[in-house]
Amino acid sequence: MLDDAYYRKADEILAKYPREERSLIPIIHEIQETYNYLPRDLLPYVASKIGITETKAYSVASFYENFSFEPKGKFIIRVCDGTACHVRHSVPVLDRLHTELGLSDKKHTTDDMLFTVETVSCLGACGLAPAMMVNDEVHPAMTPDKASALIKELREVAKS
Amino acid sequence: MNRINNYDELKEFYKEFSEKLHDKNKQRILICAGTGCQAGGSAKIADRFRELAGTSSDISVEYGAEAAGHPVGVRKTGCHGFCEMGPLVRIEPQGILYTKVKPEDCDEIFEKTIKNGEIIHRLLYKMDDCEYVKQEEIPFYAGQTRIVLKNCGHIDAEHIEEAIASGTYMALAKSLFEISPDEVIKIIYDANLRGRGGGGFPAGRKWQQVARQPEKIRYVVCNGDEGDPGAFMDRSIMEGDPHKMIEGMIIAAYAVGAQEGYIYVRAEYPLAVRRLANAIEQATEAGLLGENILGSGFSFNLHINRGAGAFVCGEGSALTASIEGKRGMPRVKPPRTVEQGLFEKPTVLNNVETFANVPMIILNGAEWYRSIGTQDSPGTKAFALTGAVRNTGLIEVPFGITPREIIFKIGGGLRGGAKFKAVQIGGPSGGCLTEKELDEPLDFDSVKKLGVIVGSGGLVVMDENTCMVEVARFFMEFTHRESCGKCVPCREGTLRMLEILEKITAGNGEMEDLQRLRELSELIINTALCGLGKSAPLPVVSTLNAFPDEYIEHIKEKHCPAGICQKLKKYIIEEDKCKGCSKCARNCPVQAITGEIKSPYFIHQEKCIKCGACISNCPFKAIKVA
Repeated sequence: MLDDAYYRKADEILAKYPREERSLIPIIHEIQETYNYLPRDLLPYVASKIGITETKAYSVASFYENFSFEPKGKFIIRVCDGTACHVRHSVPVLDRLHTELGLSDKKHTTDDMLFTVETVSCLGACGLAPAMMVNDEVHPAMTPDKASALIKELREVAKS
Repeated sequence: MNRINNYDELKEFYKEFSEKLHDKNKQRILICAGTGCQAGGSAKIADRFRELAGTSSDISVEYGAEAAGHPVGVRKTGCHGFCEMGPLVRIEPQGILYTKVKPEDCDEIFEKTIKNGEIIHRLLYKMDDCEYVKQEEIPFYAGQTRIVLKNCGHIDAEHIEEAIASGTYMALAKSLFEISPDEVIKIIYDANLRGRGGGGFPAGRKWQQVARQPEKIRYVVCNGDEGDPGAFMDRSIMEGDPHKMIEGMIIAAYAVGAQEGYIYVRAEYPLAVRRLANAIEQATEAGLLGENILGSGFSFNLHINRGAGAFVCGEGSALTASIEGKRGMPRVKPPRTVEQGLFEKPTVLNNVETFANVPMIILNGAEWYRSIGTQDSPGTKAFALTGAVRNTGLIEVPFGITPREIIFKIGGGLRGGAKFKAVQIGGPSGGCLTEKELDEPLDFDSVKKLGVIVGSGGLVVMDENTCMVEVARFFMEFTHRESCGKCVPCREGTLRMLEILEKITAGNGEMEDLQRLRELSELIINTALCGLGKSAPLPVVSTLNAFPDEYIEHIKEKHCPAGICQKLKKYIIEEDKCKGCSKCARNCPVQAITGEIKSPYFIHQEKCIKCGACISNCPFKAIKVA
């Protein structure tokens, strides 16, 4: 059972939208932005408030790649593996991040909850290939060494 | 800004703003604030220029009424398209373009160029020993026809005054007060504006069909779910000139009698979402959107819906399902979107670039539009030129241009002087064009004959270091991952094709696999439910046709000619460099390396899993990949 504060926050978000099925995606988007993930227990609550079944809400939340029931790290690193980045060698960058952080294709988030590493199909920053995004910020022309340096930098940021 | 109450007031505003914008006696510093240049630090550059302009009293770089409260003459614009050379700074009225500008350069630019009109040669774009002062003279721009992207990079996308100053919303006013809805549709129909999202379906015909429906509640939806990897045309329009696209949507709504509209944008484009929301707010405030637009009695409301990371939502019926709050899965057609689209009402669904074409067609007429491009594909197309080309970025060219002109004239040829191999067009739904097709015209129908599609406009240039089998595998992995799972041919078929391609790139392929790939392709193309599935095999078919030898070499020789396929690589210790420290052997997870201390070590190929642990651990760089 989640803390009351979660439900209060959900109410706050719910108040901004009409109580209809079509509000589901914008609402869970906002919840995810608040917590960096979608707390599973909030889903039935949101569903009942906008008048749809939990099953339906779950089918939607699980369909879209952006929604995650797993808590994510403080820094969400999305490595672009679109065509342009791929042909300019994005995979070695991803590999370096994985080794540096002890992550893999199966394990996306570090145990200290600092980093989550994911791949995305295209960030639309193809002119800067290979690119990656840390939270909302795009980092251009990445190399494995630049990736290592960035991790170091982010660790410092987290400490201070 | 204040509400504009009627057509005459808009004309007055236009006159006033336009004179200010084009005042030759005033200077403007335009800093690109597109996703690309922002990643290069353009925000800091803008801040520094603002400081400088604010403290300098002897220079007239002001613009607009805000000059008092706002440090003057400095504007953050949308994307110029030349992302490779970013951050970009343009100085008007001279039209000077400085490339790769750093915050440290700002003071010098302000002192020399702004105050004294001196050119800083170090920051100019150079190519083949030639230096270019003016943006329009750079080959990258000189080869283009920028009509849809005209304002991108030249106006501040966050201020509606600048959009109005460059003529935006004049086409809307003209439609509302001078042309009937039926005539608007006829103009778009006669112009033969074709959908820029990939299919090339005539927009005029779509609008006509919606206008004919008995149901009176209708919607206009803009598809901004630009998901093709290697494409960012729509992102640049949404970020750089959002008002133009919004204007196109309002005109469409007027033409078909729609009351509500939705823009569906990818969640991966946070800046585009912010700029659109800001543009909608400003347009509503100015009376150009919302209730009783310009006092005409016509009302139209616009909403933004963010996607949530599903490529399939670029398909019409999946997109409308997603706006409705459902899983984004395509459905069987008919009924088509024009009959029963969003909320089961008649819906005009076009993409960003298509809507951005509408205003200039209304202003200049169908005949003018048809004078650009080819007979059956009029107008221009924006392409995202990326990959192994020297100048990457966003370009706009007339239909009928050849790939050779794009790659070698605008793109400046291949980077590092590498040899051209192929250009991938149309993303995961398209295919490759090779050397012999470089002089074919690029338009909707000509490329279809070559077995590829124009698609949304990604052009990824590939040099000899690209493995075409691996490219086919890459796209198949993408479509398989993005398959929504509703129909069997796509869900299972793409997986089977992916398995075969993985087998070939791992060196375990058989010659029969090529036949299997062809059979599966035909089956999926003929039986999949939506466009995503129907076009999924195209990258495979196209590379199979153009580069059969490469597939065969992978299968028969177990060799990847481009040296890309990981599992076909051989790790070899160079004896003369190896000092025999044993570090590689100790780090090898499968004990594939043996040897004696202080003499060269050896990798047993039959055991090696090609993980690369030895390379990253060798202190003497003695291990090479062959």
